[in-house]
Amino acid sequence: MNAALLPSHRIGADPAEKDFLLAVESLTVSFDGFKAVNDVSFYVDPNEIRVIIGPNGAGKTTVLDLICGRTRASSGSIKYKGQELTRLSESAIVLAGVGRKFQTPSIYDDLTVFENLEISYPRGRSVFGALTFKRDAQVRDRIEEVASMIFLKDQLLERAEFLSHGQKQWLEIGMLLIQDPELLMLDEPVAGMSVGERVKTAELLNEIIKGRSVLVIEHDMKFVEDIAHRVTVLHQGKVLSEGSMERVKNDPKVIEVYLGH
Amino acid sequence: MTRSKTPVVNDNPFMKPMEWVSLALLVGVIFVLLPMLLDAFRLNLVGKYLTYSFVALGLVICWGFGGILSLGQGVFFGLGGYLMAMYLKLEASSVENTKIQSTPGIPDFMDWNQITALPWFWKPFESLPFTLLAVLVVPALFAFVIGTAMFRRRVGGTYFAIITQAIAAILTILIVGQQGYTGGINGITDLRTLHGWDIRTDSAHNILYFVNAGLLVACILFAQMVKKSKLGRILLAMRDKEDRVRFSGYQVASFKTFAFCLAAVFAAIGGAMFTLQVGFMSPSFVGIVPSIEMVIYAAVGGRLSLFGAVWGTLLVNWAKTSFSESFPELWLFGLGGLFILVVLAFPNGLAGIYRTHVEPRLTRRVKALEPAPAVALPHAAE
Repeated sequence: MNAALLPSHRIGADPAEKDFLLAVESLTVSFDGFKAVNDVSFYVDPNEIRVIIGPNGAGKTTVLDLICGRTRASSGSIKYKGQELTRLSESAIVLAGVGRKFQTPSIYDDLTVFENLEISYPRGRSVFGALTFKRDAQVRDRIEEVASMIFLKDQLLERAEFLSHGQKQWLEIGMLLIQDPELLMLDEPVAGMSVGERVKTAELLNEIIKGRSVLVIEHDMKFVEDIAHRVTVLHQGKVLSEGSMERVKNDPKVIEVYLGH
Repeated sequence: MTRSKTPVVNDNPFMKPMEWVSLALLVGVIFVLLPMLLDAFRLNLVGKYLTYSFVALGLVICWGFGGILSLGQGVFFGLGGYLMAMYLKLEASSVENTKIQSTPGIPDFMDWNQITALPWFWKPFESLPFTLLAVLVVPALFAFVIGTAMFRRRVGGTYFAIITQAIAAILTILIVGQQGYTGGINGITDLRTLHGWDIRTDSAHNILYFVNAGLLVACILFAQMVKKSKLGRILLAMRDKEDRVRFSGYQVASFKTFAFCLAAVFAAIGGAMFTLQVGFMSPSFVGIVPSIEMVIYAAVGGRLSLFGAVWGTLLVNWAKTSFSESFPELWLFGLGGLFILVVLAFPNGLAGIYRTHVEPRLTRRVKALEPAPAVALPHAAE
């Protein structure tokens, strides 16, 4: 839609501004005067796994809400491949290539695993398209392919409500994979998972990173260390620190916030 | 279908075997059993009930599948009924039939209200094709406007229900108040012929009953098609996790509007068939009370079951007729009690009871009788 923005963005006067997949700049949102996110800027490269950490109430989930259009920014900009997202509708943001996984597994309990994945298949998204959607070999192949990636190949015909908590998380990740977004946002993907499931999820994330970027919110530091390329620490709506896990861990400001908590 | 590699995934047939049994049962009862057992008067009464089941069917899609509770379906039933009544009334108001009026050739109630020329919006209803088209299009457009206005602003749940109820109240007041144009509280009465065919005779009632039943089955099959399509699954998904659907790239408002419009069109078909079979239309089928009654039909039948909607409508109306003949003042309490009972004890209505208690046994019997499938059907009819 805003393709015209792309070249000018590339030529951009600021030499530091290279081809980020996602550029969040001075993003602010205030709820009745309370600034849940306050002048936050960060940049995500293509093929990067970025983890956002921070204490409760730091504004992590709100940042994801702002990027995917669930919450509207008070000011600031979110540029995805040079396209301004703050003015797009939620479904237009999805079509632009941004996928979002929610904190609690958000899947359709009444439908089977197969049907859950099918709804996310990027075809037939209009009313008429959905009415005439055909479940052809291409759709099936893709669903089976993703189902085996998310360890649910044998559960395809099971109703989603009977899955374990960890399996539900995987299913939602699978629904996003089928959508094939270039930017995948995951809100606490391993919360409530067993140790074994965490390891598998880390493998899964390393598998699906190919050709896309992932933005993850996570509390589990072991898991963060396993997957993160870079870490952004949020505190009280502001960016406190950013860099490799090693750097962030040794940042006195971060230590103070985490220990003083 | 093209590959044999994946036997795990079933082929999503149009109807499962047990659904075919349900359809056969329904067709058997309304096309064969009832016409055989009932006299002309009672059959006409059943025909009238069946027109309500169009509304209940629409509610299954809109409320049961889509989670959008409309307490104003009487609006669309009434629109369909009134549009049909306008055509019939104009045909009944020929110059010869109305020569005693001060202005012959216009409907009698207009003449009583000192209107001397046919209003412009009545004119097109001299044409039958226009009328039939209007019965489908006008309610759909009206629902589209309401749906778009509400769902785009994310008005849902209770608020939507209250607004639809308000619309039902407004339309009733409008119809009653504008009696020169609408026939007021009495409605549009004294309807005689459809394109020259007298609809008041027993034989006409009989034919209309079957036309009505045929249309109902057609609507059920269309609803089944919607249910089986991806759109049907998206409705269920939306009811469950609206945000997930939205963030999977769908415009949730469009899908809700579609469900609401489809329910409106079904209701309007029912309304038009009501007018034809009963011979009049009045505001008492538009307002809040009939709208809520229609929700009860769907709830009793089972709001997730297309067939349940029809059975629920028939059962509640049969009960209404039998009880209100003996205890007229107790009926409304009975209806209210029935609604509470269903919601508390059988949230999936008759269809839920059938599915958990009858169907498993039926399936077992049908399986046991596999070598002799010819005798399976009489058992299924139990």
